Amino acid sequence: MSRFVDLATRSRSALPNLFDLIAFALIFGAFVAIVHGTRGMTLPLQAPQAAAISLDYTNLPYYALRTTLRMFAAMFASLLFTFTYATWAAKSRRAERFLIPALDVLQSVPILGFLSFTVTFFLGLFPGSTLGAECAAIFAIFTSQAWNMAFSFYQSLRTVPKELNEVANSFLLSPWQKFWQLDTPYAMPGLIWNMMVSMSGGWFFVVASEAISVGNTTVSLPGIGSYLAQAISEKRIDAVVAAILAMLVVIIAYDQLLFRPLVTFGSRFRFELSASQEEERSWVIQLFRRTKWLRALTGLPARAFGAVALWRLDLPIRAKLSPAADAWKERILDLVSVLIGGAAGIYALWLLSHFVMTSLTLGDIEQALWLTFLTLLRVLALILLASLVWVPVGILIGLNTRLAERVQPLTQFLAAFPANVLFPIAVVVIVRYSLNPDIWLSFLIIFGTQWYILFNVVGGASTFPNDLREAAATFHVRGWDWWTKVMLPAVFPYYITGALTASGGSWNAAIVAEYVKWGNQTVTAHGIGAYIAKATQAGDFPRIVLGVGMMSIFVIALNRFFWRPLARFAERRLQLS
Amino acid sequence: MLDTRTKPILEVKNVSQSYRTGAGETGAQVLDNVSLSLTEGEIVGLLGRSGSGKSSLLRIISGLTRPTDGEVLFRQEPVTGPYDSISMVFQSAALFPWLSVLANVELGLRAKKVPEAESRPRALKAIDVIGLDGFESAFPKELSGGMRQRVGFARALVVDPTILLMDEPFSALDVLTAETLRTDLLDLWVEGRVPIKAILMVTHNIEEAVLMCNRILVLSSNPGRIAEEIHVTLPYPRNRLAPEFRQLVDRIYALMTRRAAPATLGREGTFPGLGLGMALPEVSTNTMAGLMETLAASPYNGHADLPPLADSLQMAIDDLFPVGETLQLLRFAEFAEGDIKLTPAGMRFAEMDVDARKKLFGDHLIAYVPLAARIKNVLDERPTHSARETRFLEELEDYMSEEYAERTLKSVITWGRYGEIFAYDESSETFSLENPT
Repeated sequence: MSRFVDLATRSRSALPNLFDLIAFALIFGAFVAIVHGTRGMTLPLQAPQAAAISLDYTNLPYYALRTTLRMFAAMFASLLFTFTYATWAAKSRRAERFLIPALDVLQSVPILGFLSFTVTFFLGLFPGSTLGAECAAIFAIFTSQAWNMAFSFYQSLRTVPKELNEVANSFLLSPWQKFWQLDTPYAMPGLIWNMMVSMSGGWFFVVASEAISVGNTTVSLPGIGSYLAQAISEKRIDAVVAAILAMLVVIIAYDQLLFRPLVTFGSRFRFELSASQEEERSWVIQLFRRTKWLRALTGLPARAFGAVALWRLDLPIRAKLSPAADAWKERILDLVSVLIGGAAGIYALWLLSHFVMTSLTLGDIEQALWLTFLTLLRVLALILLASLVWVPVGILIGLNTRLAERVQPLTQFLAAFPANVLFPIAVVVIVRYSLNPDIWLSFLIIFGTQWYILFNVVGGASTFPNDLREAAATFHVRGWDWWTKVMLPAVFPYYITGALTASGGSWNAAIVAEYVKWGNQTVTAHGIGAYIAKATQAGDFPRIVLGVGMMSIFVIALNRFFWRPLARFAERRLQLS
Repeated sequence: MLDTRTKPILEVKNVSQSYRTGAGETGAQVLDNVSLSLTEGEIVGLLGRSGSGKSSLLRIISGLTRPTDGEVLFRQEPVTGPYDSISMVFQSAALFPWLSVLANVELGLRAKKVPEAESRPRALKAIDVIGLDGFESAFPKELSGGMRQRVGFARALVVDPTILLMDEPFSALDVLTAETLRTDLLDLWVEGRVPIKAILMVTHNIEEAVLMCNRILVLSSNPGRIAEEIHVTLPYPRNRLAPEFRQLVDRIYALMTRRAAPATLGREGTFPGLGLGMALPEVSTNTMAGLMETLAASPYNGHADLPPLADSLQMAIDDLFPVGETLQLLRFAEFAEGDIKLTPAGMRFAEMDVDARKKLFGDHLIAYVPLAARIKNVLDERPTHSARETRFLEELEDYMSEEYAERTLKSVITWGRYGEIFAYDESSETFSLENPT
């Protein structure tokens, strides 16, 4: 489980610097510019002829297939992004200074809030065609998958062992060859792991992005998410259950058919000098190894890929090791790039403030600030609550090896399951018993993300060295001391990883969870999530920008000033071995 | 002195290398004006201790890094980057874990677009020559360290290099494995079964150098300079127990300790690069105490000859030298001409109980290690009696690379804690005078 680490927490300075500000301004500026541009192009938006979603159960397999295809299209895009963006950042010191803070901001931005921007943009790009809506949905999933993959890849490229690099250089491997022979294989285990995490996260977004209405434009694509939305608006609880079951089947299938084999395959690339005790197993791979024709068939593309990986593709100008004489030239280029970046950032900031301030008042900003604060309280309170429950439970499970082995796949599955599917049921309950939504809707925020805490803690406790356990027992360390001096410090690094992931996911969930519908009933809690959701429904772009921007600032601040210092502390003081 | 009938294959001319500090400025020197040449048919050893820049020199020769000054000529052509005619064997074997033995060996050929029909038999032959027949499809993690290094050799040999560069290729292996690998390689070389024209190897193992090389270049440390050139004319296979062999080993031991301590024993000059800029090795206080106790007891009674001492302690010189040097720096021992001798203070230390040892150690630390004295001084002068670690780290980085600076400070922290001259808090990275009560 230790592989499951948000790599962004590692070794970077906590304090936001100039580049963070530039990155932040550029990203939001770009979105504003896109909305500006597309709004001018086609207003009102032409919604594609929405295919009527039928609640007939027999349609579910087809819808599930469409949803899955969307997931894979997004995964493919994420891989392309990872290979280019992360490689660029890792190989160019100058690009790195902008790309990495930008990535950091992007991964802190609540993606669901962007949905309205991207839908507008893509519908404008393909007026009247479903292609636009498809692209928008795929893009939404992409934005939930790409960042952590890119981060993992970037980190791997930066940590390729020096001697392997020297081998590649001394055998005169071209950059292209080196990328495929050394960089990519080295990054593979981390990348595969992050692909799994991304896929898990993606289900949440696919459900949210298939059926979305921006202002008076409603888009629904054939898929499980739309099916669910339809079921909700028709108040058909049986259809909701059917969608949940379909989701279950799809997630189990993709895990067994795709990811188990991938992990087994990826373990080949683990950089270790001794064979590990636990072999990853996959029945699909074993089955595949027994086939004859299929293997012969797949051998062809594999060999083709091998050949492509050995292309030299030498660039006409070979990057030579630059002697010291070029140092001043480097510095001038550095300065120029910083100046250009800074100027673009200032312009973006101006554009942003201009866009927001022309239609909003200071009162709006105050309101957004207050609502974000409420959501922050909600997120922190629930993480705390979930921790109080799951940390002790996770420790007890983790110490029991057999139980841990059974529970681990279950928790991973629960983390992948899109919790927003279950939200409407909460509405029914809240309305029936007239509960206070400000309190009871809060639980939905942590509903899908609490599992990250559980499975990281279980993972941490199950790797707790037996020697230490026995030492604690020999010295009769029991009760309170056993928890506070032995187990809690031991699982703390794992817990932080889990809590950080849960916290990130919870902000996103807030957009869906603070504003939930069941038919014509709507339950709302006070918070920035509901604010964004409402603004999206009304097509009120300045408020969306304000809401998402405010939320992003809070998320970034929370990460930098709370989670990262904790993660660093855990890494320094509490890491075993 | 060289065989002047043949032209050298490789020439290193006045090469100097300096660290680049984080800001891109040049820092302390690693190599200072090193010149050497390599002629057909010889095995040349670069013998030196850590800090002598021997690995840097090897990387400059291979074209992996560029020197700050000077040039490398391969067959009269200047080297500007990695080139075809050399290949390198690494200390850690540096195999690609996701490639099979065969694929690892083939890599260099395939990268050069040698067609598979040609590369496959060549790789198989190299695997055969190096004695790995039957392991072609194994993955590196399935192999022992010795087997892995054999793959490293096969990979280096398969590209038919003119010069084979080896970076401490046997130092990560156990004694027995290293010995078989050495003799196997020597056999291949002596019998002419490998097409290499010359071998240049980096080592810190004196016996290994004498066993394998025709010529040994002894490098001094901080910065690296060629201190001595020794021709070894003993015929192969060489016998470690032969008196000539032993004499040569003793002579080199003496040479290397002499370079460590240029004769004078005063307040200055005993340790290379005195003052704050002195890079300190990571030596535990336990090891120091242990060595002093061993030396004080019989049969040594305060005085020992290094080669037998190293033998009986089962320590390689790279482990023993830093300990001896640190003892010398702290004036607990004199370390010269292949001998180590405890000073009166060292003898007393060996007899003392724990608290008295700590006191004596602390006193010597402040008196003879400028960095420790500096830290103590700063702490004494400040009203808060505390100081951030970065303050000293930055100061050190003016003299040495970041890595060395960190190691040096780490050593002083450990020693200072043992001598109880200051306290250090790891989480806040601060020094203070307060010990927890």
